[in-house]
Amino acid sequence: MADPGTGRMSPTAPMELLVRGGTVVDRTGSRRSDVRVVEGTVVEVAEGLEAAPGATVLDAGGCVVSPGFVDLHTHLREPGREEAETIDSGTRAAALGGFTAVVAMPNTEPALDSAESVRNVHALAQGAMAHVAVAGAITVGRAGERLAPMAELAALGVRIFTDDGDGVQSAGLMRRALQYAMDLDVTLAQHCEDKSLSGGGVMHEGAWSSRLGLPGQPSEAEEVMVARDIALARATGGRVHFLHLSTAGSVELVRRARAEGVPVTAEVAPHHFTLTDACACGFDPVFKVNPPLRTDADVAAVKAALADGTADAIATDHAPHAPELKDLPFDEAPPGMLGLQTALALAVTELALPIEHIVALLSWQPAAIARLDGASGGTQGGDVAPGRPANLAVVDPVATWVVDPAALASRSRNTPYGGRTLTGQVRHTVLMGEPVVIDAEAQR
Amino acid sequence: MLSSAKCWAGDLVSAFPKHLLAMDDLDAGAIGEVLRVTDSFAEVGRRANPKVPTLRGRTVATLFFEDSTRTRMSFETAAKRMSADVLSFAAGSSAVKKGESLRDTIETIQAIGMDAVIIRHRSSGVPARVASWVEGCAVINAGDGWHQHPTQALLDLYTVRQSLGGGDEGLARFAGLRVTIVGDIRHSRVARSQITAYAALGADVTLVAPSTLLPPSLEGWPVASVSHDLDKVLATSDVVSLLRLQAERGSGEYVPTMREYTAGYALTARRALELPPEAVILHPGPMIRGVEIASEVAELPSARITDQVGNGVAVRMAVLFLLLGQPASLEHMSEPPDSEPIGGPAPEGGPRG
Ligand SMILES: [Zn+2]
Repeated sequence: MADPGTGRMSPTAPMELLVRGGTVVDRTGSRRSDVRVVEGTVVEVAEGLEAAPGATVLDAGGCVVSPGFVDLHTHLREPGREEAETIDSGTRAAALGGFTAVVAMPNTEPALDSAESVRNVHALAQGAMAHVAVAGAITVGRAGERLAPMAELAALGVRIFTDDGDGVQSAGLMRRALQYAMDLDVTLAQHCEDKSLSGGGVMHEGAWSSRLGLPGQPSEAEEVMVARDIALARATGGRVHFLHLSTAGSVELVRRARAEGVPVTAEVAPHHFTLTDACACGFDPVFKVNPPLRTDADVAAVKAALADGTADAIATDHAPHAPELKDLPFDEAPPGMLGLQTALALAVTELALPIEHIVALLSWQPAAIARLDGASGGTQGGDVAPGRPANLAVVDPVATWVVDPAALASRSRNTPYGGRTLTGQVRHTVLMGEPVVIDAEAQR
Repeated sequence: MLSSAKCWAGDLVSAFPKHLLAMDDLDAGAIGEVLRVTDSFAEVGRRANPKVPTLRGRTVATLFFEDSTRTRMSFETAAKRMSADVLSFAAGSSAVKKGESLRDTIETIQAIGMDAVIIRHRSSGVPARVASWVEGCAVINAGDGWHQHPTQALLDLYTVRQSLGGGDEGLARFAGLRVTIVGDIRHSRVARSQITAYAALGADVTLVAPSTLLPPSLEGWPVASVSHDLDKVLATSDVVSLLRLQAERGSGEYVPTMREYTAGYALTARRALELPPEAVILHPGPMIRGVEIASEVAELPSARITDQVGNGVAVRMAVLFLLLGQPASLEHMSEPPDSEPIGGPAPEGGPRG
């Protein structure tokens, strides 16, 4: 399929599905409603609906029924690192996390920098448990030297481009990429890290890196690239999406740019609003991530950004790594942590925000940035209303559960939250009318 | 907040710890104990047959992923003088196979059955990780990355205590002692251990370095002051501890040239004259004469660099004893030594605990 966001009923969806007893939350507000889905499309949203004979009924008592979640930042690792994750295992994790679409990052092996590689992922993602939207690379091989064939990728439905894993180091090339992206009406997403400042830094540079004798990445390594790209977005008019903002300074730069009307958007990863650089004290690489875990003040700042609209989305930066790689010394281990199955619960547990605000950050706001929303011809993040594609997340906002790394659907185990008790659980996930998750169990 | 980890310097240890990973593992009481036990083992070292049965039947492994013949020999000599069986795994040897993960190597060693593993690694934190993987086996950090090198700091303390008169009186004189640490503190595991060690005993620590060679943050460090002018602090330094500057850091990346570094931060003969008469000069080695320290300064009686090397074995024996020694062997320690070729050392008054 050319565009994974286009509407099509799942072949395994039941004819009729009734989501009963929940509170529907979407952009229009919240109301007590049942939701009737027929052949993958929402047909009725009202209280007291009766199930037709043979219909599948999902109990949503005490739950919020929202448009399915959209992850702007997922590393599915296929092709190239299938021992860590596959499209199959990664989208199962996504479904269990309430996501009905993920944006697959292009730092696979090979990188997603050609029409052939994008077609390959689209083919592998047929029948996956969540829609897979591909982010294309900005530069060939993500090497930061020559522009990738962005028009060819855009023709295949790619709407967002990034060299994630690295930032585009050359300001000149980034400026040209933005000009070219405007012609194609696509968005560039930046992993902000100036390598001349981050150097070999393996954690946040500060009190903890100094004590532990580990090379650090200063906050400025992120902030100078945020500032640079704001200037470039302002000058060119091209859209820049900031991936995983982690510092108080970055957040403030974006806040001012948005007030000024510069076309920038931003996401925050759950680990950046839940964990700090103090977690590195035992040298366990499960806490190594890039951008690194920052300070208490940064955690407070990114939380404030999510609260006041400076940040548009919670994005997981789900980054699976095989266990043996996380047994390496801290400085040698690859950065990254799992995120898909814990994102909603971490948001509920750690953000003092109403559930309506949290699902906005997880659903329709990221869907719009990814251009997977109805306005862009996609199926994601739309209102729960008759005629709409049935992509739904059903969330129990008060249920508690304990994170068991071994029980996660990912092929990898690198969650920093093992043993934590979290509040907020994804109960059911509906993908184009198919209940892919029922009672927190994957159905295939 | 989910983090709120309390791992730094945290709660003071009362008993001797299970592992020696960082100087933070030892409080003033534990440091005093190490130094007192070191006195006993130094005495053993002066015997014709410097061997005791203290660790007979115990197995100690040295696991050096980074070359350091000097430190490895010091530990192995210490273990052998205590009659332990010593297994040596060196980087590049067949025992540490290429491609075998650190964890596999440790599991192999654990399967063989070790009482202690002594680890040197180029990466900070490896001894701490290993300590989290092993059971019933003491881990001793013999230097990890820029992080810690606790036995080096302990032997510096021992050397200074000797020059302060030795024994508990020498130990008491650390209170208010003015210690100046000069050089590449940013990249130094020795400095990180020294600072904690001196401060634990009540010394006032001054760091002297160009800003580019200081750690990015000194928040929470037990440091009395920081200076970028060595000449101003010499007259008030009771101990000057010099650190090595690697040539690549003195060639434009951190300081413009070695010449500028030497001009500002080397202990030259002229600067040595500014020190108080009783001052002690230390260098963890290997020294680069003419860069951090002038040759003639290294030869001064106040430079206790060879003492540092000699004391290394006794300090490491003490650490092995305190980590592995059974209570029963404490009794044995206090038996007077005689002409037997193998016997326990006799500390004055015996180790306290
Ligand atoms: Zn990234």
